[in-house]
Amino acid sequence: MSNQEHTASIKAYVTGFILSIVLTVIPLVLVLNHMMGKAALTVSILLAAVLQFVVQLFFFMHIRDGEGPRYNVMALILGIIFVVTIVAGAIWIMSFNSQVQ
Amino acid sequence: MSQTISAHVSDQNHGHVDQEGLKTLGFWIFLVTDCLLFATFFAAYAVLRTHTEGGFSAKDFNVPNFIIETFILLTSSFTSGLAVLSMHKGNKKGLIRWLIITLLLGAAFVGLEVKEFADLAAEGATISRSAFLTSFFALVGTHGAHVTFGIFWMIGILFQLSKRGITPVTTRKVSLVSLYWHFLDAVWIFILTVVYLMGVM
Repeated sequence: MSNQEHTASIKAYVTGFILSIVLTVIPLVLVLNHMMGKAALTVSILLAAVLQFVVQLFFFMHIRDGEGPRYNVMALILGIIFVVTIVAGAIWIMSFNSQVQ
Repeated sequence: MSQTISAHVSDQNHGHVDQEGLKTLGFWIFLVTDCLLFATFFAAYAVLRTHTEGGFSAKDFNVPNFIIETFILLTSSFTSGLAVLSMHKGNKKGLIRWLIITLLLGAAFVGLEVKEFADLAAEGATISRSAFLTSFFALVGTHGAHVTFGIFWMIGILFQLSKRGITPVTTRKVSLVSLYWHFLDAVWIFILTVVYLMGVM
């Protein structure tokens, strides 16, 4: 029984590792071969990064583990909201920089 | 009466089990706040990345160097997972072996990053050269400092493991250092994408 569990986890780690490599190689190939336009390329590589972050959360960091209320997931979601607000807000505000100078 | 005592005892046991869970939750909350630290550096970088003052720009990054760094860190994230798997099997030797491999890969990563920084400084691209370089060194350097801290943390845990073996306490510590390591790999993915790939594209 416990043996089965472990092979399952090894499977999870190997799957996560392979997915991470694929999601790293795709943006590398796209960027180094200058495929796609600039906007499409930016969106694609950011998407690959977000997907890889999700892969790491599920396959490596075992976000689904544990019983009861998932306070770690709640904290993470709140954190992501803060991160997006800080980064997007900073870029947005500073885009007015040239107008006020 | 005996019922209240046993209830009390089981409560205590429950409380003890929760302590370890609470520490893990506390660590997750630390990771989230660490995300906020990185978010501020990412925001500064995103705003300042074009302010190169005619000096070194993001187009000039050494491509093979950051590709190798990426795969080293990704592999070390995987091996730290294998360390946790060995630990759950009660395989102390395997655990120590994978931890040492993880640590060495981490050291190779930091070495490459130090070399990259030294090469940049030799080219005159120092932290005070432009706003772009200030935000670059601040962001990537903070990540590198985290990896360096993780290496020393792992060394400490290795000593404790060789002394005490796999106990509930060392189990929690190995799980947390592994979580920390995966988190650093996740942050690096965004550095790779935002700093290096969007730089050279």
